[in-house]
Amino acid sequence: MKSISVGLSRHCSAVGGGIGRGRAFSYGFTRKRNQTQLSFPHLITTSYGFKSCSATLSVVEVEGKPKFDVDKTALLVKELRESFNSGRTKSYEWRISQLKSIDKMIDENEKKITEALHKDLSKPELEAFIAEISQVKSSCKLALKELRNWMIPEQVKTSLATYPSSAEIVSEPLGVVLVISTWNFPFLLSLDPVIGAISAGNAVVLKPSEIAPATSLLLSSLVEEYLDNSAIRVVEGAVDETTALLEQKWDKILYTGSARVGRIVMAAAAKHLTPVTLELGGKCPAVVDSNINLQVAVRRIITGKWACNNGQACIGVDYIITTKEFAPKLIDSIRYELEQFFGKDPMESKDISRIVSSSHFARLIKLLDEDKVSDKVVLGGQRDENQLKIAPTILLDVPDDSQIMQEEIFGPLMPILTVENLKDSFEVIKSKSKPLAAYLFTNDVQLKKDFVQNISSGGMLINDTILHVATDGLPFGGVGESGIGSYHGKFSFDAFSHKKAVLYRSFDGDTSVRYPPYTPKRVRLMKALISGNIISIILALIGWSKD
Amino acid sequence: MAEVEKSLAELRQTFRSGRTRSVAWRKTQLRALLDLIRDKEDLIFEALHQDLGKHPVEAYRDEVGVVTKSATYSLSNVEKWMAPKKGDLPLLFFPAKGEVLPEPLGVVLIFGSWNFPFDVTLDPLIGAISAGNAVVLKPSEHAPASSAFLARTLPIYLDDSAIRVIEGGAGVSEQLLQHKWDKIFFTGSPRVGRLVMTAAAKHLTPVTLELGGKCPVILDSLSNPSDAKVAVKRIIGGKWGACSGQACVGVDYILLEDKFKTNLIELLKKTIKKFYGEDPINSKSIARIVNKQQFERLRNLLQDPLVSASIVHGGSLDEEKLLIEPTILLNPPLDADIMTEEIFGPLLPIITLDNIKESIDFINSRPKPLAVYAFTKDGTFKRQILAETSSGSVTFNDILVQFVCDGLPFGGVGQSGFGRYHGKYSFDTFSHEKAVMHRSFFPEIEPRYPPWNDFKLKFIRLAYNFDYLGMLLAFMGLKR
Repeated sequence: MKSISVGLSRHCSAVGGGIGRGRAFSYGFTRKRNQTQLSFPHLITTSYGFKSCSATLSVVEVEGKPKFDVDKTALLVKELRESFNSGRTKSYEWRISQLKSIDKMIDENEKKITEALHKDLSKPELEAFIAEISQVKSSCKLALKELRNWMIPEQVKTSLATYPSSAEIVSEPLGVVLVISTWNFPFLLSLDPVIGAISAGNAVVLKPSEIAPATSLLLSSLVEEYLDNSAIRVVEGAVDETTALLEQKWDKILYTGSARVGRIVMAAAAKHLTPVTLELGGKCPAVVDSNINLQVAVRRIITGKWACNNGQACIGVDYIITTKEFAPKLIDSIRYELEQFFGKDPMESKDISRIVSSSHFARLIKLLDEDKVSDKVVLGGQRDENQLKIAPTILLDVPDDSQIMQEEIFGPLMPILTVENLKDSFEVIKSKSKPLAAYLFTNDVQLKKDFVQNISSGGMLINDTILHVATDGLPFGGVGESGIGSYHGKFSFDAFSHKKAVLYRSFDGDTSVRYPPYTPKRVRLMKALISGNIISIILALIGWSKD
Repeated sequence: MAEVEKSLAELRQTFRSGRTRSVAWRKTQLRALLDLIRDKEDLIFEALHQDLGKHPVEAYRDEVGVVTKSATYSLSNVEKWMAPKKGDLPLLFFPAKGEVLPEPLGVVLIFGSWNFPFDVTLDPLIGAISAGNAVVLKPSEHAPASSAFLARTLPIYLDDSAIRVIEGGAGVSEQLLQHKWDKIFFTGSPRVGRLVMTAAAKHLTPVTLELGGKCPVILDSLSNPSDAKVAVKRIIGGKWGACSGQACVGVDYILLEDKFKTNLIELLKKTIKKFYGEDPINSKSIARIVNKQQFERLRNLLQDPLVSASIVHGGSLDEEKLLIEPTILLNPPLDADIMTEEIFGPLLPIITLDNIKESIDFINSRPKPLAVYAFTKDGTFKRQILAETSSGSVTFNDILVQFVCDGLPFGGVGQSGFGRYHGKYSFDTFSHEKAVMHRSFFPEIEPRYPPWNDFKLKFIRLAYNFDYLGMLLAFMGLKR
C-alpha cells in the first residue's frame, strides 16, 4: 500500500486537473488544522463522526475533524456491508425512496447548492443550474421513472442444444460501492454516479473532492439529513482519507479525475479484484471547417469552453484545429462573440467561473508563459492571481512539443492549430491519446463520415459541444487514456449491476449422448445438437449420418 | 523481449492501417478459423489427449464443438452487431441524431488457460476478431501440445499480420504485461488475475477476468426417483465429465439435507459405475490431472486426516499416470483446505444441512462463485436462490449447459471475476461503444449562452422539465 499512498500524496489534490501541484493547498490546511485544535477544541468534538454543524468556516470545520484512518474506514465498510447483506437496499421501494429523497433534497436546497458552487468556483448561478443541478435532477427523474423497467430480467433465447429450457439475465446489485468524485462539477459528478449506485440497489460511500470544500461539506450534511445513512455515506477528506478508503475491499469503484490517479485507483482495486469505472479526461479537439454557420459554431465552441466552468471540464474543448486560411476569420468571430458573452473586460464578468485553486492557477500560468508559447497569444492572456482569474485566451499555432499541447489544459486557454487540409487534423488527433470527446463543425457529409469512422474517442458530437453528455440515451465514458466504462441513464444502472445469467431446465429431455461411456453414435448426435441443426439431429437420432 | 516488441509494433501498424475493421476481414478470419477446426479436428483431439487425456467426445463437446458453434454464430451475426444502435434524444435537442457506434479497441491480449486450452483461447479470439481488433494469444504453457498446435497452425489459417500466438511461461507473460494493450482478457486464477489487473492499471488498460470459485450444487429433495436419477447423472457429468473436475464452472461441492445422504451416495456410486465402469480410475472417458504440481495439490487436499476420514467413495491415486479416481467425501471439515479453496479436480464433497434453505447462508458466507446450480422443483425456493445469493450465473436443474447458451453472458462477479463474454457479449467485450451525436446549425436556442439573466434561467428550467408549451410562452413573454 505504501506506493499507493505515496502516489496519492503527490497527485491526489490535482484530481481532474491532470497534474500534481496541489500540495501547497493541503499544507495550508494542515496549518489551519493546528490552529483549530488550539483555539476551538470544541469544534473537534461536535464534528466527530461525520457530523457537520453548519459552521461558517467550512475549511476549518472540515480540517478540524479527527483523521479518518484505515480502522475507521474498515468499520464504516463493515456497517454498510451489514446493511447491504440485510437485503434492504435491494428492494424497489428502498431505491425509489432514496431517489425521491435526492430529488427533494435538491428542490429544497437549490440555493445552498448554488452558493457552495459559487464559493468553490465562482460558478455563475445559471451555469450551476444548467450543468449541475438540472442534470442531477433529470438523472434522478429518469431513474424514478424507468427503474421498474430497468429491474425487469431480460429474457434470452435459448438454443436447441439446451432444449427444453428458458433463460434470463437478472440485474443484481454489486454490493458496497465507492464513488470518488472531483472538484470541477463537484455536485453533478458526486451525485450522478450515486444515483446509479442507488438505482442498482447498492450501498454506497461518496468521497467528494477536498478541492471544492464548500460543496463537499454541503454534500456531507445533505446526505446525512436526507438519505438512509445505514447504506449511503459521505466521507470527506483528501489524500489520507482516500488512501484509507482504497485499502478497503469494495464491490465497485467509480472514480472521476485524472489519468494519473486513475492508475493508482485501479492498482488498488486490483488487490481486491474490484471492477472499476474510470472517468478521466484528455485533450478534446474541435475540428472546424470553413463551410459552416460561423456564428453558431463559435458560440457553441465558447459554450463548450469558457461557459463550461471556464474550461475546467473533462469534456470541454481543449484545442481547435482549422485550416490556415480560415483561422483569422475564426479568431475574429471568437473575439466578437466572447465580447457579446462576457463584455469588454472578461476579467470583470460575473458570468464566468474562476480557476479552482492557486495551484491550478500556477499550473495554467506556467503553460501560458512557456517560452515558445507566450508569443503565440492572439487574444487574452490577462491574469489576476488574487482573484484566481485568467481571461479567455487564444493561442495560434503553438508548437506541438510545448507543454500546453502535451497535457490536458483544463482551463481558459485555447490553442488553435492550423493545417493545410482539414483532413490532416485526423493525424494530429490520432498522434495523441484518445480523448473523452471529439467535436467537429462542418456541413461536409463525407468529412463527418470519415471523422466518425477514423477518430476514436469516448464520445463524439458533430456541430455542437457538450450536449451529448446531457443525453441519457447515450453512454458517457472514455476509451484508452480517457477512461474505462461508462454511465448516465440506464448505463449508470448497468455500471453498478452484475448481469447474472440464469438458465432454467426441467428434468425432461435428458439425452444420453451427454454422458459416458462415449460411443460413435453419441458423437454424431452431439455434434448435431451443438450445431443446433435440426435435420442433422433427426438424422443422427434415426442412425443416419450426413457425412 | 525483442520478439514481443516487434510483434506488437507490427500488430499496431496493421491495426492503424484499418484493415481489421472491415466486415470482410472479420468474416474471412472467422471462416478461416472454422476451416482450421474442421481440417485439423483430429490433431486437436490428439493434442487434448496428450495434454489432459481428454476423450474425443469430451473434447468435441467442451472445446471443438463450442468453438465451432461460437464462430458460426459470430459469422452470421457480426454485421448486425457492428451496426450503430440508435440512442434516444430529448426533443429539446431537435434536430439531432444520437447513436452508439461500436469500434474496435485496438491491439488486445488474450491469456488462455490449460483446462480448456482450445475453448478459452479461441472463444475470446472469436470475440476479438468479430470486434475488429488485432490480437496476441498467449496459450497456457501447462497444456504444451495444445499451445504448440495453436502456435504452429494459427498462422497458416489466419492473418498473421494481425493475429499472433506467443508461447511461453510466467516470464513471457510478465514481459507481455509490461506493454501497453488496449484490452487484456484473462482466464485463470484470482491470484494471477490480481497481477494482471495491477499491470494493466499502469497503462489504464481495461481487463476482463474470468476466474473461478467454488461452484455449489444445491440438491433439494426430489420426490420423483426418475428426477433424482437425472439430477445425479447431470451432477456426475458436471463434475467428472468436464476435464475431471478441472473446470471453473464445474461442480465443486454438493449441499443436501442430511436425511437424503445415504440415497444420494448410493445413486452416485451406481451411476459412476455405469458411466466409467468397474475400474473408473482407468476409464478412457475421464480426463487426467494436468500435471504433477496439480496432482500434488489435490493429494495434499486429501491428506488432512479429517478429510481422508470423510472419504465415502474412491480415493485411489495413480501418480505415474496422474490419475485420481472419482472421489466422494461426506462432510469434510469446513475449515479444511478442500472446503476453503477451489478444488479443481475429481474430488466431490457432500455437505449435509438440516434444512436445504440453509444452503443460501452457506453460499453467502463464502466468496461469490462463478456458478450456482440448484436442482429443485420448488418455485419459491428458486426465486429465493436467485434473489438472495450472488454468482456469475445460476442454472436450475442442470450443470454446465449455460456455457453453451449464446444468449447468456458468461462471466463472474466478486472473486469469480468481472466482465463477460460469449455470443454478442464477446463482441461487446472487445468493443468501445462510442456515443455519437449529430447536430445541425439550426435552430439555435439563445438562452444557452451568456450573458446570463433571469429570463434565461427561467427558460432553461422549463427546458429541462421538457415543458415545451411553457418555453414557447416564455419566449413570447407570457406566463401561464
